[in-house]
Amino acid sequence: MDISFLLNGDAVSLTDIRPTMTLLDWLREERQLTGTKEGCNEGDCGACTVMVSDESGHRALNGCILFLPQIHGKHVTTVEGLAAPDGTPHPAQTAMIDHHGSQCGFCTPGFVISMATAHLNGATDHDVTLAGNLCRCTGYAPIVRAAEAIEGTGAPAHLRTIVLADGVAVAQSSDCVAPASADDLAGWYAKHPNATLIAGATDVGLWVTKQLRDLGPIAFLNRCADLRGISETPDDWRIGAMTTIAELERYFDPHFPSLSAMLRRYGAVQVREAATIGGNIANGSPIGDGSPAMIALGATLHLRHGDMRRQIPLEDFFIDYGKQDRAPGEFIEALTVPKQADTLRCYKLSKRFDQDISAVCACLNIPRDGDTIRAPRLAFGGMAGTPKRAARAEAAIANQAYSEATFRKAMTALADDFQPLSDMRASASYRMQTAQNLLLRFFHAEEGTATDVKAVRA
Amino acid sequence: MSVAKPLPHDAAKLHVSGAARYVDDLPTPAGTLHLAFGLSPLAAGTIDAVDLDEVRRAPGVVAVLTADDLPHANDVSPSNHDEPLLAKGSVHYLGQPIFAVVATSHHAARHAARRARMDITPATPILTIDDALAADSRFEDGPRIYVKGDPDTAIDRAEHHLSGRIHIGGQEHFYLEGHAALALPQEGGDMIVHASTQHPTEIQHKVAEALGVAMHAVRVETRRMGGGFGGKESQGNALAVACAVAARLTGRACKMRYDRDDDMIVTGKRHDFRIDYDVAFDRHGRLLAVDFTHYVRCGWAMDLSLPVADRAMLHADNAYHLTDVRITSHRLRTNTQSATAFRGFGGPQGIVGIERVMDHVARHLGLDAADVRRANYYADNAAPLPAGKAHDNRPIPQTDNDLASRGAAPEPSSDTLPPVPHGAQTTPYHQAVQDCIINALTDRLLRTSDYSARRKAVAAWNADQPILKRGIAMTPVKFGISFTLTHLNQAGALVHVYQDGSIHLNHGGTEMGQGLFLKVAQVAAERFGVPLEAVKITATDTAKVPNTSATAASSGTDLNGMAVRAACDTIRDRIAEHLAQQHQTTPDAITFADSKVRIGSEQISFAQAVASAYENRVSLSATGFYKTPDIEWDRIKGRGRPFFYFAYGAAVTEVVIDTLTGENRILRTDILHDAGASLNPAIDIGQIEGGYVQGAGWLTTEELVWDDKGGLKTHAPSTYKIPACSDRPDVFNVALWDQVNPAQTIYRSKAVGEPPLMLGISAWSALADAVAACGPAWGDLQTPATPEAVLAAVGRARG
Repeated sequence: MDISFLLNGDAVSLTDIRPTMTLLDWLREERQLTGTKEGCNEGDCGACTVMVSDESGHRALNGCILFLPQIHGKHVTTVEGLAAPDGTPHPAQTAMIDHHGSQCGFCTPGFVISMATAHLNGATDHDVTLAGNLCRCTGYAPIVRAAEAIEGTGAPAHLRTIVLADGVAVAQSSDCVAPASADDLAGWYAKHPNATLIAGATDVGLWVTKQLRDLGPIAFLNRCADLRGISETPDDWRIGAMTTIAELERYFDPHFPSLSAMLRRYGAVQVREAATIGGNIANGSPIGDGSPAMIALGATLHLRHGDMRRQIPLEDFFIDYGKQDRAPGEFIEALTVPKQADTLRCYKLSKRFDQDISAVCACLNIPRDGDTIRAPRLAFGGMAGTPKRAARAEAAIANQAYSEATFRKAMTALADDFQPLSDMRASASYRMQTAQNLLLRFFHAEEGTATDVKAVRA
Repeated sequence: MSVAKPLPHDAAKLHVSGAARYVDDLPTPAGTLHLAFGLSPLAAGTIDAVDLDEVRRAPGVVAVLTADDLPHANDVSPSNHDEPLLAKGSVHYLGQPIFAVVATSHHAARHAARRARMDITPATPILTIDDALAADSRFEDGPRIYVKGDPDTAIDRAEHHLSGRIHIGGQEHFYLEGHAALALPQEGGDMIVHASTQHPTEIQHKVAEALGVAMHAVRVETRRMGGGFGGKESQGNALAVACAVAARLTGRACKMRYDRDDDMIVTGKRHDFRIDYDVAFDRHGRLLAVDFTHYVRCGWAMDLSLPVADRAMLHADNAYHLTDVRITSHRLRTNTQSATAFRGFGGPQGIVGIERVMDHVARHLGLDAADVRRANYYADNAAPLPAGKAHDNRPIPQTDNDLASRGAAPEPSSDTLPPVPHGAQTTPYHQAVQDCIINALTDRLLRTSDYSARRKAVAAWNADQPILKRGIAMTPVKFGISFTLTHLNQAGALVHVYQDGSIHLNHGGTEMGQGLFLKVAQVAAERFGVPLEAVKITATDTAKVPNTSATAASSGTDLNGMAVRAACDTIRDRIAEHLAQQHQTTPDAITFADSKVRIGSEQISFAQAVASAYENRVSLSATGFYKTPDIEWDRIKGRGRPFFYFAYGAAVTEVVIDTLTGENRILRTDILHDAGASLNPAIDIGQIEGGYVQGAGWLTTEELVWDDKGGLKTHAPSTYKIPACSDRPDVFNVALWDQVNPAQTIYRSKAVGEPPLMLGISAWSALADAVAACGPAWGDLQTPATPEAVLAAVGRARG
C-alpha cells in the first residue's frame, strides 16, 4: 500500500508499506524520531501519544496502535514538531519545566502532546484530557498545574493552521484496501469475507502488537466518510458505524448526559478518538461499554452484505461468547436509536475510574408513567458471555409501582438472570452483588440521595 | 548559591522536547541485532525437550541461544547464584526465560520466540504462602526472629488483647520505560553495555562473569532510566547479560527491550506479605506488647529477598516505641516471579503491619486512631535544631570497597556494636532513637490540616448519608536511612575542572527521575561557588567511578553528594593553595562564591583562577570517596545500629466510599515531610507527591492476580491499574518540615526517595475509617483496597 501524509509540516509519501506497521514503530525505527516512546504497546499508557489533525480538528491518538494507512491524508505532529519553527518551545513544554512536571521524563512527550492537543481544542478538563497518559513518578499534581497554567493562552500559529496533504490517492492492492465509501467496502468485503476490517484499531491493534497475528486481507475503513457521523430524523438518530466514541459522547451529552458521562470513562481520550461504535459492537466483547448502553436505548443494528441489508434489535446480535449474528462478509453499517425521554442511567464499575475495563457496566433505562414503571430496559456488561438484558429483572418491575420495594424485587430477580464469572477484574459474587446494588443506586439517585463518589468534594 | 534552590530537573528541557535519550533511543551501529526470550509456559516442571527448529527458520533469525550455548556463567542472580539466565533442566516460574532469539529486528525476534515447541513435564507448583508453608519451601533454614523484652508475658497479662491477619499485596513497578540493554562489542573481547539499570556495577559484574573476562573488560554506561523504583536494581541483569553474550557470539551490537507484557511476566515485583499479629494494650490504646509474624512470598530465586524481609522487620515498629515485641519472619520460596526491590524495600509492608494494629486497637476501644498513634510514638529528642542550612566541614574518611550487591553475604557478627545511650528509647533491634521529631511534626500537621474539626465534620456528614461514607486518617512514617548491608554505604566521585573553568561531574549514582544528578550538581556548583550551568552532568559510567553501590535505599544523594563534595574540595583546596602561594597568603583567606574567587581584597573569576592553576601545573581532577560513619549491626541477632538516621513524615488523608459498590476516592491529602535542610525543595516535594500517590496506588487499585497455574493475569496496564491523573487527591497540600538533619549528611539534608511512599498508607487507613462508619463490627479491610475489597469490608463491618 502507498500512502501520503504530513509529518511535523513535511510531506511524506511511502510506497509499499507493511499495512500493519504502527506509526510508533515507523517514527522510531524508520525516522529515528525517538521522542515518541513505547510504554505498553497496547494503547493504555499514552507514552506514544501523537497529535493527528485533519479537517475535523486535532486529536491525540496512541501511535502504538495506529497503523500507517490510518493516517493517510492527515497531519501528524510528534513531540519533535511541537516547538515553533524558530525553536520557541510550545507553552505546554515551558509550563512542564516551570512546574516540575517531569521526573524520569519517559511519559513526558506523551503528556505534552496531550496537553498541546487539549490546548488547541480549548479543553480544560485535565482529568479527562490527561486520563490516557500514565505517569509513575510525579503523582500528576505538577502536571495538572502545568496544564492549568496554559489555559486560555494562545496556541502557536504553526499548530493552529491545519495544512493537509490533499489530492493524494492511496494505492491499494487486492488484499489490502482502503475503500472510499460503504459501497466500495460492501463489494470488496463480499468477495473477501474472511478479511479483517480495521476501523479505529484500538482492539485490532493489539492483535498485531500483542498476539502477533497475521490479519490476512485487510480493509481500512477510515476513508469511508459515509459510515461516519450521526444524523437525525423525527423519530430516531442514525449513528454511522465509524462514528467514534468521542463523537458519540459529545453528540449525546444534551440528550443522555449519563451515557456521555459513562463514555468519558470509556478508554481514555486517545482511545475514544479512535475507537468506533461499530467496532465496539462488532467485536462482540461482553465487557465493551457501548453495547449495553445502546441496548438499553433500544437500538437497532443495520447490517449489510454486498447490497443486501437487514436490521435486527441490537441485543439479538450477541448470540454467545465470541459468537455474533453476522455472516462472513457482512458488516455493521449503522445503528438507529429511537428518540425518547431521558430515563437512562449508565453505571460503570472498575478498579480504577479512568481508562479501565468494566467489571460491571449497568445501563438502566427505566421510563415511568406517573408512578408506574413502563417497559424497562436493563442491559448489563460483564455479567454474562455477551452484553445482555436482564429479562427477569425487567419483568419483575414492569408495570409496577415506582418504589424501593419494586427495585428490591428487581435485585432478587437479577440473581436468576445472570451467572457471572470470576476473573482478574472481579469475583462472580462481587459482580452479582454490585449489579444488584446498582439497581438500588438508580432508585436512591432518583430520590435525590448522594450516590456518586465523584461528586463529593473535601 | 545552588544548594537549597528549587531548580527544575536538569534534563527537563530534554524531557519535554523528546530529546532525552533512553537506552532504546540510542543510535545503533549498522547490523545491530535484537533479542527476545522464549518463556516457560509452566510454573514448575522438568524440561524434556525444546524444539527450536521453527524458531531458527523464522524470518530474520540469526541465532538462538539455550543454556547449553552460553560460553561461561549462566547466572544473573544478584545474590545466591540461583538464577540462571536461561533455564536448564527445570523451570521454576511461568515466564522464566528458556531460550533467547537473536534476530534482525525486535519484531522478528518476538515473532520467532513464539514458535518453539517445548516439552515440559509439569510439576505441582508452589504458588501461595500456604503452599510454601505446607511444603516448608523457604530461603534460610527457618524463620528469622527479633525479640526485645518479654512479649509473651505482657500479652498474657494484658487487660486488652487482639489478634488479626492482614494480606498485603505486591506491586508492579510499572516504570514507564521497560527494561532495555544494548551491548557493543569492542576490540580484544571488551564489551560496552548501555543498560537501564540502577546498578551499573552489578551489570558489569554479571556481564564479566558471563563473558569469562575480568570486570575491567566491561564498561557499563547509564545516562538515565525512565523510572526504576527498585525494579531496575537487579532485574536488568538478564537483558544485559543476554545482549553481551549474543554480541560476543555474533560480533555485532545486540539490543533487547522487553515488550511490556514480557516485562511484567518475567521480572520481579514488590513482595506480597501476610502478617499475623497479637497485640496487648491498655484502655488508652497504649501498646504493651506485640507479636508479629511476617510471611514473605519471595518467588523462585533469592534475589534481594533476605534484606527486603529484614527491612520489613526493621520497620515493624514504624514510629512507635514498643517495649515488648517479637517479629518472626518466614522467607518463602514459591514458583512465581522472584520478588525484588521496590521503593521502601520491605519497609512499607512492615509499616502496614503496625498501622493495621493501630487501627484495630482504636476501633476496639472506640478511640480516634490518631490519638492511639500519638499515644504510642517514640518521644521527641531534645530541643529541635535551628532551621536552615548547616555547614559540614567534617573530614571525610577513606576506606576500601567490597561486593556491590544488596544480596551479598552479610558482614560477620560483631561483638562491638555501638552502645545505646542511657535512658534512650530503642527500636525492636535495639538502636537508640535519637533524632525523633514525629510528635512535633504530627502536632503541626494536625493543626494545619484542621484534623479535629474535619473529623467531626466527617462524622456529621456520615450521619446524614445512607449510601456514601467518608473517612479520615493520619499515619506517620519513620524510615531508617542506610543500606542494611553496611558495606554498601560507600560512594565514589570523579570531578574534572577544565582550563576554561567548566566542570565535568561524575559519580556512582544513577538518574531514574529522582533528581539525583541535579542535587549532586548543585553540591558541586556550591563547593566551587559557580552557577549550575558551569557543571556538566554526565552518564554513570563504571569506567569513571568503580565499585558503585546500587542507587537504592534512598541513599543516592547522601552518599554521592558527599563523595562529590570530597572530590570538589580536593580540587578547590589545590587551587586555593596555589593562589595562596601566589598571593603570599594562606588558603583559608581564599573564598569561592558567585563565580568569583576572592583572595583577601582581590577578586578574580573562577575561570581565571582555574587557568592560573593549570598554568602552574596544579592537578584539576580528583576522585572523592565517602562512607557512612557510625553504623554497625548484626542482622542475625537483630541488634545494633543499621541506620545512620531516620526520616520522618506524616499524612492526613480524607476519602469517600460508596457502600453499594466499594468505589472510593481520595478527597484531600495533607502531608508534612522531613527532608532535613532540603537541597532542592522542588525536587523533594516532587518525590513526596509522587511517592504518596504510588503508595496509595499500591494499597488501592494496584492488584496483582495470579491464576491457579501460576500465570500472572495482570500483565499489562489494561489489567494492572496504577493511579491515573484523576486518582490524585483533589486537594493536595505538601509541606516540608524545615529542620536540619542532626546527622552529618550533605548540607544536613535527608534522604527522600522512599519514605514518602509510606505516607500513602494514610489513604488506606482512611478507607478503613470510612468502613468503620458503616457498622459496629471490625471491617478488617485488606490490601489492596479495591472496590471489591472495600465492599467486602463494609459487609463485615455491618456484621
